[in-house]
Amino acid sequence: MASVVLKLGDDISTDVIYPGRYMATVLPTETPQFAFADHAEFNAKLKAKQIPAGSIIVGGKNFGCGSSREQAVSTLKGHDLIIVAESFARIFLQNSINLGLRTVAATGIEAAEGDELEIGGEEVINATTGKRFRIEPLPKARQAIVDAGGLIAYTRKRLLERMRAG
Amino acid sequence: MGMTVAEKILARASGLASVKAGDVVEPKVDLAMSHENAALVINQFLEVFQGTGVKPKIWDPSKVTIIFDHRVPAESPKTASNQKKVREFVASNGIDRFHDIRGDVGGICHQILPESGYVRPGNVVAGTDSHTTSHGALSAFAFGIGATEMASVWVLGTALNVEVPPTIKVVVKGRFRKFVGPKDLILHLIGKISAQGANFKVLEFHGSTVRAMSTSGRLVICNMSVEAGATAGIVPADRETIRYLRKEAGIKGEIELAAPDRDAVYEQVMKIDVSKLEPQVACPHTVDNVKPVASVIGTKINQVVIGSCTNGRLDDLEIAATILKGKKVAQKTRMLVFPASGRIYAQALAKGYIGTFMKAGAVVMNPGCGPCLGVHEGALGDGEVALSTTNRNFKGRMGNPKSEVYLCSPAVAAASAITGVITNPRKGVR
Repeated sequence: MASVVLKLGDDISTDVIYPGRYMATVLPTETPQFAFADHAEFNAKLKAKQIPAGSIIVGGKNFGCGSSREQAVSTLKGHDLIIVAESFARIFLQNSINLGLRTVAATGIEAAEGDELEIGGEEVINATTGKRFRIEPLPKARQAIVDAGGLIAYTRKRLLERMRAG
Repeated sequence: MGMTVAEKILARASGLASVKAGDVVEPKVDLAMSHENAALVINQFLEVFQGTGVKPKIWDPSKVTIIFDHRVPAESPKTASNQKKVREFVASNGIDRFHDIRGDVGGICHQILPESGYVRPGNVVAGTDSHTTSHGALSAFAFGIGATEMASVWVLGTALNVEVPPTIKVVVKGRFRKFVGPKDLILHLIGKISAQGANFKVLEFHGSTVRAMSTSGRLVICNMSVEAGATAGIVPADRETIRYLRKEAGIKGEIELAAPDRDAVYEQVMKIDVSKLEPQVACPHTVDNVKPVASVIGTKINQVVIGSCTNGRLDDLEIAATILKGKKVAQKTRMLVFPASGRIYAQALAKGYIGTFMKAGAVVMNPGCGPCLGVHEGALGDGEVALSTTNRNFKGRMGNPKSEVYLCSPAVAAASAITGVITNPRKGVR
C-alpha cells in the first residue's frame, strides 16, 4: 500500500516532468533534483525528502508524451516513485522499462492525492474509495528486459551470449 | 498476407520473409543517430561493458551519426564540456558521420540526415530524438528511442524486442489552397485523432496530395507524426523520393523503393480532403488543441519563431520571405528565424530571403534547435505569447511555464509577424 502524492491529468509531457532547460544535466545521479521543476511545491517536497520512496504519481492518458529525453524517467526513478496512469506514451514507457522505473497502466484509474493504492498483479485497488482498476499488461516484447533487471543488464547478457557463440 | 511499408522494412531488417503487426522482432539498425544526448549514450554504453572484461566497441561506427544541434553554440560550461566529451569519443571511436558546430555541414539532425544522403528507402533508423519519425519521409522506418536503448544499439547493432506496430493508412486528396500546406495538414490530422491517436502505431501516408508534395513537405508530416504518438510516419518512396536523393542528397547507384503490398493489412484507413482546408493553429498547451486560424485571429503575440526540424527548410523560408518582402515586423513583436542547416542558410542567403528577413526587422540566428525546446535562447517572459513554426507547445516548452506557445505554418507566422497578432495569410496583410 502506498499513497498518491501527486494527481495529474492527460498528456503530461516530458517537458513538464523534466523541463528542457535542465537537459544539459544527463547523469541519473544528477537528474532527480529537477523532477517537476516547474511545479515548485512538489519539487521542493521531493528535494526535502518529504516524499517517501514507493509513493505514487497518478496520471491520465498518454503520460510522458513528447521528447525522448531519458532524464524524464531517471529523474522519477531517482526518487523511487511509481507511476500509475490510464496509458503511457511509447518512448516514455520504453525508457521506464529500460531504466526500471515502475509504471502501471490501469484502465479508468481514479484516485485523488492522499488516496492509498494497492498495486497487485492484475489490478490496482484504491483502498480509500474501494474501487478496483484492471492493469494492462506490458507489451509482451518488453518483459524479458524487466526480468533481466533493465536494459543495461539485458544488453550485457546478450553481448556475452554473442561472444560465446563466436 | 500482404505487408505495409513498416512490416516490409522490419521483416527485411530482421531476416524474416514476412512479419505482421504484433510480432516481436530484432531488426538490424541501418543508422543510429544522436545529438548532444550522445553524452548520456556514451555513459550507458560504457556501463554495459563494465565487469565483462570485454573492451568497449561500437558494432559498426560507419552506421553511427552524431549531430550537435540542441544547444549550439554551447550556452553553458556544462553543455560545452558534454560536447567536448562527445567530440573526444567520436574521434577515438572512428565515428566519421559527426556534424560539429559548423556553418557548412552543421545544422539540425533531421535536416542533416536527409541532405547528407544518410537515409535511404527501406532503412531502419533509430534516433535518440522523438522527431526521428521525420525520416519516414524517405520511406524509412525511423523511430525515437532513449539514450540507454541507443547504447544497446551501439553494442549489438539491433533494436531489441521490437513489437511490429499496426499501421493506419492516411489517404490525402485535394490541392492545398494558397498559403495552406503540409503543416496545416498534419496539425489538422493531429487535432482529429488526438495526441495519442497513433500511440504505438505507424502512420503511412498516401493519396494525390502526398504524391504531389515535395520531400520537404513530407518531412513536415512525418516529423509531427510523433505528436499523434506514432512510432513512425512513412511516405512510400516514389519519383520525388528518387529526385530528392539524387539531386539534393547526392546519392549515386541503385535506390531500392519500399512500397507496401497491394493487399497490405491496415488497422484503419483514414481519408482527408485538403481542398477546403484553412490554415491551422495548435493552441496552448497541447499539440492536439488545433483550431482553424479564424478562431484565434487577433491574439497578441510577443515573439514569432520560424525554423526548426519541422519548418526551417528552404521552401518554408521562401514563403515567409514572400510575405515579408518590403514589410516590417510589428514594433511590439520580435521575430527569430532559424534555418534548419548551414546549407539551407547559404541557399536562403543566395536567394535573398535572409536579407528580406533582416530588412523586415527579424533576427536571423545560426542553424539549430534554437528556442523550440527552451534550453538555449529565445526564452519567453512571464505572460508572453509565441507563435511558432516548431512542433511542440507544451507548458514550459519555450523555457517559461508562465508563457504560451501557438504552433502554425511559416505563412501564418510571417503574416502575423507583420501585424503583431495572429493573422490569416489568406486574408492578406494590411
